[in-house]
Amino acid sequence: MLSQILYALPFLAEGFAVTLWVSLLVVVLSLIAGVLLGVGLVYGPAPLRWAVRIFSDTIRGIPILVLMFFVYYGLPAVGLHLQSFWAAVLALTLFKTAQVVEYVRGAVASIPKGQSEAAMAIGLTFRQRLSSVIFPQAFRRFLPPWINGVTDAVKGSALISLLGITDLMQAINQVIGRTYEAMPLYILGALIYFAVNYALSYASRRLERRFAFIWD
Amino acid sequence: MATSSNNSPALLAIAEVSKSFGPVAVLRSVSLQVAKGEVVTIIGPSGSGKTTLLRCVNFLESYDSGSIRIDGKEVGYRDSETRQRRSERDLAAMRAETGMVFQSFNLFPHLTAAGNIMLGLTKVRGKSNAEARSIAEHWLGRVGLAHKADSLPAELSGGQQQRVGIARAVAMEPKILLLDEITSALDPELVGEVLAVVKSLAEDGMTMVMVTHEMAFARDASSRIVFMADGGISAVGPPKEVLAAETTNERLRTFLARFRASHF
Repeated sequence: MLSQILYALPFLAEGFAVTLWVSLLVVVLSLIAGVLLGVGLVYGPAPLRWAVRIFSDTIRGIPILVLMFFVYYGLPAVGLHLQSFWAAVLALTLFKTAQVVEYVRGAVASIPKGQSEAAMAIGLTFRQRLSSVIFPQAFRRFLPPWINGVTDAVKGSALISLLGITDLMQAINQVIGRTYEAMPLYILGALIYFAVNYALSYASRRLERRFAFIWD
Repeated sequence: MATSSNNSPALLAIAEVSKSFGPVAVLRSVSLQVAKGEVVTIIGPSGSGKTTLLRCVNFLESYDSGSIRIDGKEVGYRDSETRQRRSERDLAAMRAETGMVFQSFNLFPHLTAAGNIMLGLTKVRGKSNAEARSIAEHWLGRVGLAHKADSLPAELSGGQQQRVGIARAVAMEPKILLLDEITSALDPELVGEVLAVVKSLAEDGMTMVMVTHEMAFARDASSRIVFMADGGISAVGPPKEVLAAETTNERLRTFLARFRASHF
């Protein structure tokens, strides 16, 4: 049994690399899109605010699996054919972006109005107010839910195996298909996911302490 | 101290400014001129429009009609006829010419006392870090907080925070300083240290418009006192005149009587 698993390790490692690569893409892309849209939701003109609100509410109301199948099997109907890998990345990114939008909105809204006014009063422009006054304070409130969201993204990426992508989950299933050693392999898989997420939450606690200035 | 706006050109000229929140008129055609070096105190019952008027001066609040000029320049609009709002960049530049101190201090909690003062100096005035730091240290010294330069706001008492707030405003060398009930959130024993700083700025010739409930301070430190009621200026003049117990102004007399009853 052990030798069979050892034999399968390189294959599992490849799957693990795919899991990490997808997670990283999704986390980075959704962070960029989510922050931009989140700022638009708080400070943008009315049409932009409505658009972001509709986007966020819609996406968050759909199961991620439905979203993924829609992108992969549905979009070709309107001429958009994506490889399964990129369909998965797009679907997961859309889903994650909608969450990041809400974290950004919540974090920015938690900064008292007096902070903006004090920043205006010394003559800072809108961008300067955001970068020097609002974001540094909002960042601390944004971080904990966002890190939670990152671990969700890593775990949620297991769904892409359903599009036939050989990520860690799919690799494990394939090895089980050959060896019938379901129990040890699923435990191994669980341990790997757990290790990644434990490392992430450890890093986030360090970061939170780093940004915990004395204020509340 | 007792400069009158009649014989020197106005640094701040507020002309027939009106503003409504929905159906409620908060400012009714307010006109007021403040000369360079004057200290003008605005008193009045809550809801009389004092704070709103002050916030219109640096355009934290917009107004529906009228004009506010500092040194002859219209504050919030490109001109008072078309009422076309200034660009974000223009507004920021105009606001840098007025300093404001807030009731709730509004220090930036993620920056030290010196950092709070340096932010505007580096970002708006374009000073180097070293220059800004030395200006910050100078002003912290002026408000008696030289030893607190590297403290975060949360490590300071309310009175100390407010003194940093004043230093942050005056370090920008504004043409006019706006003080919005700056001692109202302080414990009584901390009020004195903040008012002492304001008084020393007044003695330096800083032009100030302040909203306050500190009547004794208003009487001692002001060139003129403005009494506002129902969104309009009901009385204006030297402290002795406005605060006289035998005033014929009915609203003012009621206000002062109520005030004396509750504060002495």
